[in-house]
Amino acid sequence: MNTAAVAFDSRHAARQRLRETLFRGATLVAALLVLTLLGGVALSLLHGSWPAFSHFKFAFLTREIWNPVTDQFGALAPVYGTVVTSLLAMIIAIPISFGIAIFLTELSPAWLKRPVGVAIELLAAVPSIIFGIWGLFVLAPILQRHVQPWLIEWLGPLPLIGKLFQGPPFGIGILTASVVLAIMVLPFISAVMRDVFETVPDVLKESGYGLGATTWEVIWKVVVPYSRTGIVGGIMLGLGRALGETMAVTFVIGNAHRISPSLLAPGTTISASIANEFTEAVGDLYTSSLVALGSLLFLITFTVIAAARFMLLRLDRRALSSV
Amino acid sequence: MNRRTIRKITNGLALCMSGLATAIGLFCLGAILWTLISRGVAGMSIALFTQNTPPPGGTGGILNAIYGSVVMTLIGILIGAPIGMLAGTYLAEYGRASRLSSVIRFVNDVLLSAPSIIVGLFIYELLVVRMGHFSALAGAVALAVIAIPVTVRTTEDMLNLVPQGMKDASTAMGAYPWRTITSIIYPAARSGIVTGLLLAVARISGETAPLLFTVLNNQFWSTNLRAPMANLPVVIFQFALSPYKNWQQLAWSGALLVTLAILILSITARVVVSALNPAGGKQR
Repeated sequence: MNTAAVAFDSRHAARQRLRETLFRGATLVAALLVLTLLGGVALSLLHGSWPAFSHFKFAFLTREIWNPVTDQFGALAPVYGTVVTSLLAMIIAIPISFGIAIFLTELSPAWLKRPVGVAIELLAAVPSIIFGIWGLFVLAPILQRHVQPWLIEWLGPLPLIGKLFQGPPFGIGILTASVVLAIMVLPFISAVMRDVFETVPDVLKESGYGLGATTWEVIWKVVVPYSRTGIVGGIMLGLGRALGETMAVTFVIGNAHRISPSLLAPGTTISASIANEFTEAVGDLYTSSLVALGSLLFLITFTVIAAARFMLLRLDRRALSSV
Repeated sequence: MNRRTIRKITNGLALCMSGLATAIGLFCLGAILWTLISRGVAGMSIALFTQNTPPPGGTGGILNAIYGSVVMTLIGILIGAPIGMLAGTYLAEYGRASRLSSVIRFVNDVLLSAPSIIVGLFIYELLVVRMGHFSALAGAVALAVIAIPVTVRTTEDMLNLVPQGMKDASTAMGAYPWRTITSIIYPAARSGIVTGLLLAVARISGETAPLLFTVLNNQFWSTNLRAPMANLPVVIFQFALSPYKNWQQLAWSGALLVTLAILILSITARVVVSALNPAGGKQR
């Protein structure tokens, strides 16, 4: 195109300006829509859960009862289940993720780095329902036959922690759900940890080696302190995932609306209750109570994820594009 | 034992544990894939792809579920991708350093990790309650809501990779920003954007929770977007938990299909990225 002619063609210039305004407007509207989405989610949940909150008031949060027949609902058992399964999952997943991240950044030979890294990332791509059926048909029977009897025999009689490991080995239950959750979140946590470890300047590590430190000492005394915020952020991100995970947990938790002291007993989580009962819920109060559970989950995960993202803000955004 | 030996032993132990942790992670992936293949292959047959979901005890396939999943995923990505790409464009170009952008970026990151069942509840309140019935359209919108944050993030990241010099050259020629973006930046970032779309498709095609109470399920062949439609994730969920052997077999075969499709998409996406950036994956 002849630029001189273009510059003097005022109609052309006006058309260009119009397109510019339209395109710019479209991108802005789309960007604002992202904001609206979060607001819309919050508002619609609040609206849907209003009947339950106004009927049960504060008692909704403190009661264990969940009886659709008498229309009595309380959120304590699902909230307890959500928190306990997620925390247990983190206890299992954090050391493993840490080990994987260390392996990928410090130990692995160069040719092995990429295949192992991709394999771990693929574990994150497996849909949660697959973890669910695998957990129910493969993992639960193994735990029931080989792990839980052992836990009951050796840890059950102990004082204090013994209560956590008593009762029959059901296979499905809090413990199994936690193990499945741990496997699900470990690729997320290890991906973040690997990325933050890679931000540690080589000069710092080399100074450590120069002073005669072993690999482990460099990791524990140089790499970890340097990337502490990122590590905590990654863990919180994993926790956010675990708290909201639905399908995998629904398969293996056992769906019992009660709080048992034993980790081997069936329980329920917020998301599992919603997934199981929502389409069968009869009556406004029942539906509303389930949506109210959803609001609680939203509140809990939002807080955890927001905190995680806040901690990870300082990191290079590129480094985190996979999570 | 002197200090030096203790330090050496600690080091060896710690590194062994790290290797062990990696082995555990890889073993889990292997175990899941092995289970899927060994149980799913038994149900692979022509009927699987040519017949609809059967009643308990009957024979059949999952044709209607495959169709439903493909249709809803496509509609979901057709709604979600343009919105996500435009929003990503705003964040990377027009509003790069503005305060609004950093808020949107933060909100988008939160949405990226938000539980998908919450999205299901949101669409239920927004569409299902208003329309009065479950529908494939509601399911597709739920999937779009999940696809949007993924596309926003990848689009912004990929646009940021385009060298500033190229943008400046275009601006110096007298091009308006929209012209620079559509004629210079998008083509330059094309493979990256395609990767983002593939990842978004991979992400939504296995989602179950947001579909449970938006599309529900349908035992029969249906192409009506305003009615419940069969879809693979929900069929897998219901059939796997059923007591019927033939339903469980279909669930395993369906699970194998979904997982294979998603893994192939994810691997393709990674191949595209490494072709774009030979240094490999996410290294800067």
